[in-house]
Order: sequence, then C-alpha cells, then structure tokens
Amino acid sequence: MTENPQDVFVPPTRFAVPGRIAVSGGAAALWQRALITDIRRETPAVSTFRLKVPDWQGHLPGQHLMLRLTAADGYVAQRHYSIASAPEGSGEIELTLDHVPGGEVSGHLHTVARVGDTVEVRGPLSGFFAWPGDRPALLLGAGSGVVPLMSMVRHHRRTGLGLPLRLVVSARTPEDLIYADEYADETTVVLTRTEGRLSAGHLAPFLGDGGRPEGGWEAYICGSNGFAEHASRLLVEGGQPVDRIRIERFG
Amino acid sequence: MTPDVPAPTASYEPTRGFTGRARAADRDPRLPPGQYDARDGWPVLSAEVTPRLTAAEWTFRIDGLVAAPRTWTWDEAHALPPSEYRGDIHCVTSWSKFGVRFGGVSLDTFLAAARPLPGASHVVAYSHTGYTTSLPLDDVTGGKAWIVWEYEDGPLPAEHGGPARLIVPHLYFWKSAKWIAGLRLLDRDEPGFWEQNGYHHRGDPWAEERYAGD
Repeated sequence: MTENPQDVFVPPTRFAVPGRIAVSGGAAALWQRALITDIRRETPAVSTFRLKVPDWQGHLPGQHLMLRLTAADGYVAQRHYSIASAPEGSGEIELTLDHVPGGEVSGHLHTVARVGDTVEVRGPLSGFFAWPGDRPALLLGAGSGVVPLMSMVRHHRRTGLGLPLRLVVSARTPEDLIYADEYADETTVVLTRTEGRLSAGHLAPFLGDGGRPEGGWEAYICGSNGFAEHASRLLVEGGQPVDRIRIERFG
Repeated sequence: MTPDVPAPTASYEPTRGFTGRARAADRDPRLPPGQYDARDGWPVLSAEVTPRLTAAEWTFRIDGLVAAPRTWTWDEAHALPPSEYRGDIHCVTSWSKFGVRFGGVSLDTFLAAARPLPGASHVVAYSHTGYTTSLPLDDVTGGKAWIVWEYEDGPLPAEHGGPARLIVPHLYFWKSAKWIAGLRLLDRDEPGFWEQNGYHHRGDPWAEERYAGD
C-alpha cells in the first residue's frame, strides 16, 4: 500500500463551512468590567441584562462573549453567552439568559444580580456564527436559541438592509416566546405545544424555487442539540447546501 | 501538572453576592481553571451539520511529511492493536467530563506505519466534513492521541463524531476532530478552523489557552 509522498490528501470539503470574519485575538483575550445598567424580564424564565462595557470594541450579530463571576476568595465561574443586541448599541450590549435550574452563573444573575453590579466579560468571540449582513439570511431558532438571531434581525432593521432575512422561531407556548412583541413580517412563530415541532412545511416557503433569494440563503441555526439536529436535517432535505448552514448548539 | 485555583488577574474584582456553587477549597482537583463538571451530560458543540457517514464509507489517511502515506479502511483500522483512553475531557466552552472511556487505536500505531520524516513538526487533522484543526506533532505522539470508535461500551454516536474521531484529551476538545478523515504532517503550524476563528493555537486546559492572545 505504498503511495507516492507527493500524492497529498485533499479532504472532502462538501460539508466545510468557512468562518465569516477575522477575529481580533487581542480583544478576545482581555477581561473587562461590565456594569449592569438594566434587567428586563422577557418570559417567566428568561431575562435580558444590559451591560455597559466602556472599552467594548464592537461585535457582529451572532457573536458571543464569555462572562465571569468572581467570589470573594477568588473562585471564578464563567460561561459563554450569545449577544442579543445589534452592534448599533452605543457602547452597551445586551445578553438574554435562561434561568437554568441549579445554574451557577445564570442562577446568580437571575436571583442575586441587580442594576449597579459589575461582572466581567471578554469578547466578542468567534467569527463562525457571525452575520456581517452580506448575504440573505434564513434564521432558525428554538427557545433562547433565538438570542443571537435576534441580534441579526435588529441589525437588519436598524441598518435598513435590503437583503432578505427570515426568522423561524420555535417556542413551547406563547408565554415561552422571547421577544414576542418585536416580531414582524420577517418572522414565523412555531408554538410546539399546540402545533407540534418545526416541520418541512414551515420551511417550504423559503426552500422552494420561488422562496430562495438570488445567491441562496446563508442559514443560521441556534438551539439545543436536539433542535439543531432536527432543523439542520430539515434544511438539508429541503435542498439547502450543507456548506451554507451554520449551527450554534447549546452545550 | 498541579491544578491551581486561577490567580486573581489585574481585572479581578469580586462579584457582589456571588459565592459559587463549588467552593475553591473543595474544588475537584481534576477540574482545570475556569471549567465546571458536566457530570452526566456530554454537550454537542459541532459547528456544522452532522454528516451521514457510515463505517463502510469511513477512511483514515496519513500523508504529508511521511515516508509511507497510506489510507486505512474501517476493517483495516480495526485489525490494528486496540488501545483505549480512560480519563477526563475538557471543552473550551467551560465544561469538563470525568472518567470517560474511548476505545480505538493509538495514533502512534498509525504513525508508525506511515513513518514521519525528520522535518515533520506539526499536523493538520481533517474531518470528513472539511473541519480542520492544527496541532504540534508532539501533542499527538507518545500515547497522547487516539482514533476512537467506541464510547463507554457502545459505538461512538454520530453527533459525537461517529463512526470515528480523533481524541487528544490533554487539550481542549476542539482539537479532537470528529468524523476524522486524515492527518497531514507538516514542517510548520498551519492554523485550522477554530484556530483561524479566534481560538488559541495550542489549547492547554491547565494553562487556560482558550483564545488567541491567552
């Protein structure tokens, strides 16, 4: 089975998804103080935390950050959270968090934190799930998976982008639907307790010959792993190329 | 290596009212700084669509700076002497998982057959999805890396990289490429997917090498 050393392997790249933007390593490595300036209830289990980060370098919709809490003895806990706000945020950013039962960081933020407290953040992180606003976007989210997608919707509106953008958001009940008051014509809401889970029918209007924009969609999926697996399969079966699907799964 | 509670940094400032679930004093010594114990959970964090790749379709290849580039099929790989890893794994998103078992073949076995050339210093691991990750050759030799197809007592689940993945458990798990397709040996570091997307080039959990600049 000896082969020519010059015969270099070319990987099968049909699933390959390149990153969207170059990421600044310097900013990502730096922890910064963030002042909580507002806490807003979204649903019974979800709140939005508004943070003032004086040296925030800006972000693109879809990026996340790392948030760190420190105890008096130096013990730290840190988690990744998607950024909910659009980049056009005048030095303040918003995070929308589930109150995870028993959650060390989300539990603190939901039950102890108040306006005027400081936490630490580093970011923005990762260029992979970012949407620079350069391609038509088909966004599929479930539960708090809608958070980075909402940053894209808000950016799309505030900048008056002419590019097509569609959001399909799945929640159990109307009470669980985050940002319910903000959705407009671009959004399809799927209430799973009454309608059942996201189906091919919900996506058909965007995947048929008439529904696909020129150049095709860049698809972004965010949610639990179960949702991500299900939604990505529906997209692939509907004809969306695998190398135009970006997935952010909750770990 | 001795795990330490992370030293306060320049920006260190206690968070009002935060005590933490696990106290520093009784923190599990297996837990690297900034990590938490995922216990029974095993989060899935692939960026791409899980490929439908069968064992019959799976191949693993080593080439680049080697004397004998070659490709193994599923059956050929399974005919090699088995090896397993029992221990901990760590994800850069801050979860760790203790005492897991992966079964497969040591990467040393594959590399011995391909015979790395003296100039080889780094590898790029390729997945069947096109995902790539880069590593120093020293980090995947000497009993530190495996190609695995078993998790605990069963086959490796597809969403965790089945039918077969690379594992390099002493580094953050984005180095452990799922759906592994090949390894190319190089005389230089050639950053892979996450390394190009802002992550650290090496990724040592005990040194908290998470992002570029750490």
